[in-house]
Amino acid sequence: MSHETLLFLAVFLACAVEAVEAVTVVLAVGVTRDWRSTWFGVCAALLALALIVAILGSALTALPISTLRLVVGGLLLVFGLQWLRKAILRASGFKALPDEEAAFANEIAAARAAGAEGRGIDGYAFTVASKSVLLEGLEVAFIVVTLGGSQKSFGLALIAATTALLVVVAAGALANRPLSRVPENTLKYAVGVMLTSFGTFWAAEGAGASWPGEDAVIPALIALTLLSSLALVRALRRRHTGTLSSGTGTVPA
Amino acid sequence: MSYVRSFLAFLYDFAVGDDPLIALTVAVALSATAALAAVGINAWWVLPPAAIGALARSLARATKPTDEK
Repeated sequence: MSHETLLFLAVFLACAVEAVEAVTVVLAVGVTRDWRSTWFGVCAALLALALIVAILGSALTALPISTLRLVVGGLLLVFGLQWLRKAILRASGFKALPDEEAAFANEIAAARAAGAEGRGIDGYAFTVASKSVLLEGLEVAFIVVTLGGSQKSFGLALIAATTALLVVVAAGALANRPLSRVPENTLKYAVGVMLTSFGTFWAAEGAGASWPGEDAVIPALIALTLLSSLALVRALRRRHTGTLSSGTGTVPA
Repeated sequence: MSYVRSFLAFLYDFAVGDDPLIALTVAVALSATAALAAVGINAWWVLPPAAIGALARSLARATKPTDEK
């Protein structure tokens, strides 16, 4: 699998998983309150995200490649390990799996409890929709900028993110309900593995190391990260079975 | 002031996440890689075990039974 394909997959999956969470909130607010205000909120957030990507993207491309790879690789590595940590805790049973149906029900209840507003823009729908899209989108913007910048494939990263967004929005619009069948944790796990592997590769190169086999080592790093994390899931599942019997089964979100 | 504090807290949460041990380990491992490279040693082998080790340590801390804390 080529470098570009792996990069496309990493950005596509990261964007898809965050878009699923944002679509749940947007659907709940739109259905309960007012679609026009909700769409205004979504568009405002997407505009803000596009600006962030454009500003950060052009700032990063001005950096020398070794500094860029050290800084961006280090950040990607930390970011990837955090995603992987959360996904492993969920896969091993120590943390509850995301439940989009429950999140949808909670958002509906909150939107109804917020009370009606007069004519014009519904402030509640606008704020909740824009905040949700902006917060979920920031992680994707960061991934697009860093992965695209390090690989000098900014356009490809943008295409991957846009494609994922369109696929998830189309699926949400067709279903008109939260996308609860999407294996969110599996997607998050895959993204964590890829970000960790790419981050390791670029950060070490940025710090002055040369990988044996150069770019060809990336699939090996992905395999190492995947196998190590699967071993951790297995070990933690065994531990979780033990903690269930002693009554302490989950960790805080 | 509270906006600045909230923004800094958001940035910290965004970049460092739930466990600062991971970010700290990565920073130390990268410094070691750079220091070894400066004296002519190609230390590509430092970062992969450091990253996996940090993850394993962080998970062990997160899942430690509460009565052992």
